[in-house]
Amino acid sequence: MRYLPLTDADRREMLSVIGAKSVDELFRDVPASARLAAKVGGLPDHQGELEVERAFQGFAAKNLSPAAAPFFIGAGAYRHHVPATVDYMIQRGEFLTSYTPYQPEITQGTLQYLFEFQTQVTLLTGMEVANASMYDGSTGTTEAVLMANRVTRRHKALISGGLHPQYRSIIETTAKWEGFTANFSKTDAEGLEDLIASVDRDTSCVVVQNPSFFGHVRDFTKLAEACHAAGALLIVVVTEVVSLGLLMPPGEMGADIVVCEGQSIGNGLGFGGPYVGLFATRDKYMRQMPGRLVGETVDADGKRGFVLTLSTREQHIRREKATSNICTNAGLCALAFTVHLTLLGEAGFTRLAELNHAKASQLADRIAALPGVSVLNDSFFNEFTVKLPKPAAEVVEALAAKRILGGLPVSRLIPNDPSVANLLLLAATETATDAGMDPLIAGLKEVL
Amino acid sequence: MVQSLDRSQGRAGSVSAGSVNTHGTYTGNRALQIEEPLIFEMGQAGRCGVDLPEPPKVKERLNGLRRKGEIGLPGLSEPQVVQHFTRLSQKNYAIDMGVYPLGSCTMKHNPRINEKVARLAGIGDLHPLQPVSTVQGALELIDGLAHWLKTLTGMPAVAMSPAAGAHGEMCGMMAIAAALEAKGERAQRRTVLAPESAHGTNPATAAALGFVVKPIPANDRGRVDLAALKAALGPDVAAIMLTNPNTCGLFESEIVEISKAVHEAGAYFYCDGANFNAIVGRVRPGDLGIDCMHINLHKTFSTPHGGGGPGAGPVVLSAALAPYAPYPWIVKDGDTWRVAEDGGALKALGVDGLPLGRLKAFHGQMGMFTRALAYIMSHGADGLRQVAEDAVLNANYVMAALKDVMSPAFEGPCMHEALFDDSFLKDTGVSTLDFAKAMIDEGYHPMTMYFPLVVHGAMLIEPTESVAKEDLDQFIGALRSLTAKAKTGTAAEDFKAAPLYAPRRRLDETLAARKPVLRWKPSNNPPGGDPLKQAAE
Repeated sequence: MRYLPLTDADRREMLSVIGAKSVDELFRDVPASARLAAKVGGLPDHQGELEVERAFQGFAAKNLSPAAAPFFIGAGAYRHHVPATVDYMIQRGEFLTSYTPYQPEITQGTLQYLFEFQTQVTLLTGMEVANASMYDGSTGTTEAVLMANRVTRRHKALISGGLHPQYRSIIETTAKWEGFTANFSKTDAEGLEDLIASVDRDTSCVVVQNPSFFGHVRDFTKLAEACHAAGALLIVVVTEVVSLGLLMPPGEMGADIVVCEGQSIGNGLGFGGPYVGLFATRDKYMRQMPGRLVGETVDADGKRGFVLTLSTREQHIRREKATSNICTNAGLCALAFTVHLTLLGEAGFTRLAELNHAKASQLADRIAALPGVSVLNDSFFNEFTVKLPKPAAEVVEALAAKRILGGLPVSRLIPNDPSVANLLLLAATETATDAGMDPLIAGLKEVL
Repeated sequence: MVQSLDRSQGRAGSVSAGSVNTHGTYTGNRALQIEEPLIFEMGQAGRCGVDLPEPPKVKERLNGLRRKGEIGLPGLSEPQVVQHFTRLSQKNYAIDMGVYPLGSCTMKHNPRINEKVARLAGIGDLHPLQPVSTVQGALELIDGLAHWLKTLTGMPAVAMSPAAGAHGEMCGMMAIAAALEAKGERAQRRTVLAPESAHGTNPATAAALGFVVKPIPANDRGRVDLAALKAALGPDVAAIMLTNPNTCGLFESEIVEISKAVHEAGAYFYCDGANFNAIVGRVRPGDLGIDCMHINLHKTFSTPHGGGGPGAGPVVLSAALAPYAPYPWIVKDGDTWRVAEDGGALKALGVDGLPLGRLKAFHGQMGMFTRALAYIMSHGADGLRQVAEDAVLNANYVMAALKDVMSPAFEGPCMHEALFDDSFLKDTGVSTLDFAKAMIDEGYHPMTMYFPLVVHGAMLIEPTESVAKEDLDQFIGALRSLTAKAKTGTAAEDFKAAPLYAPRRRLDETLAARKPVLRWKPSNNPPGGDPLKQAAE
């Protein structure tokens, strides 16, 4: 077996040093009733690299790759070009095969890029402090609600109808089992919701998304003021982090916690994960944050270095009193984010955002010209909602049969709601081309 | 004592020309060890590492919310970016470099074929919300891994979506809460039992769900004290959370009695599967009577640790808990794979279930599923059994070769990790921390220190199956040499000074926590002196 260095001769010699007759003796603490005499049955034996690769090519062949089809799906995961440098860098063994940097003397590489990552996140979001990443945007959003509950010592969260439906589901699940109240505003496809009147003295936080799940771009300054007047926190969620290259950052609107799905920068679609959650807040809430934090310090020679810090918030120290049960972050995905954003820099990131907005605008204009079809959004970044004359799920299936990946039917994520049955969510990034938009428009004309 | 020209971020261009620093080089570099500034100290406006086309002119539809000021991101060219991160990488220890015996973390070889297949077009680039008809292969892949996990553990169901081990614990404990609620016992059963040696995530998870955590003591053999456990069981107990093999690296030899007692008391058995790698292919946890167990794919099945994530923590479930598995459910309907994301969809497929809700967007950590399945298929049923045997053999070899000079915490054979306490360092002036730091200068990553908490000055060594005997022999030799040096009683100062040869010497963690600097700011490092350094002096 190519991954196992011990030879049979090694094993015999080692057993004699140990003083055991066989490996079975080392497993003698296993109750006899649970000892398997031989390998687990009904499963195949080991395979060579060639055979393994072939099997995965077989899986891949049964899927439609977005690279092989006109592609316009977003809804919390976006197809962007990731420079080759990014994927090369995260596959360097020194990054890929290192553990959590608990020994800072020999993990300054990881610690420094996480410090750079934290700084990048504060700059993009307009916030004061950021952690070293969360599992993803969806779980990070629920952690933000839990943090707001801790900060305010209140237990009622108000959730916008413009928040990604699966993010809403996770909050709902956590509220049920961890025991707090989550009030869900009704689905806000039109982008008209006003939550200010619903904020009261029991509200721990209001959770909004910008651009919203349906693509609308909103100014939450007044909502932030209302939250603060009532002693509540405003949590702004961003599922398309590229939008921050063009849009006013949530920090400027008065957000108290900002959570982003960082997948768009550096991380491929990957069928939904692993992604990387960005989590930023105000300095005054630093010690209530979940997740890991990297801080600057000096070593015994007075040289600058970095360490994991403020770990007295964390489960391995605090156990049942920790701010969160989270033990890991999304280190390698954070590295991909940091390498890509470093390549982009101010000029590249801003232009990338401009390109996304321009492509989506072009697509929106072409879609709006189709008979019987209307675009719901007055404002958007790179994604918008379209009202079709028939159920969107049927339309998307018909397009898929033509090998066109033509957006997300809203009913897939909000089932059993007739008001959204005909709504289609379309996204266009810098990867969209005229040559890709043409078949989408032609396909829609045919199936509508 | 520290001159400003010794600033770590100083390249020749940013320090006083011609100065000589404490390492005696103009640059502060030491051959392959290059001092590296932060990207924010390197950038120049007018530099960019990508070439993007001019955007077409369109009517702006941003609701008047265009960003006004600059973001503040530095501009670097591609070669600068490559050099920066390459230099950073060279400051890291990694499995690819050598023995990484970090107990409880399972730092085994990460095969590169796993990386390759995770990136195949049609796998790595799929959108999670593509029409289900266009991702049949992806769903088959997830189910394929699920089949392996269920078969290897002897459990009937698995929830695939948890993003990490701790997330899996949350999933499993929520499933237990859901099962209790279905029986009308959730209000009454508020206690969760956990051994004192448990991972910190166990009590943190239970507490988050509103349970009261009650610690169970260990016996003098490092196992759960069965009598104490039985005494603690009662109508208020919801579950026990128990790691097996446990965090002392020992198999819970009375586990069958434990599960029997737990079930007789009407409670559930959560098994922390962090150490499944020690028994895969030799023991099916389902045969031990557990109700659920998360599997850290990054431990047992070798998905890369990546400097701290991403992980993946699928949870296998007993028949009693299977109905409560969270969304999504992947269900085969004739020849077609379906994804059920709500109760209506389950009903339409004729599947009974009472899912506890949703824990994560989309379908889980697909990239980790792909890598884990490639690892599993490469080993096969025969190879996985050999993995457990070699991991246990290597750990016992280390134990046998060191037990005369170090102090094993418990008698008898261990499983995949060898646990020592610090009694062999008594009166030497050398602590567990000092000993570990000295290992760095020998070219090793230290073992896990001070965990589990139940052993004084714990040193937990997990070689894994990936280490060759000759490398293990050198490692053992290095530890014996350090032990001999410590026991001279005159070497404490040397140990306290270690490491001497790493990219950094010991770092001031107290300073980091007392005056947190968690981001770069232009004012962090004003000309004329570094406030952090002044604070340190």
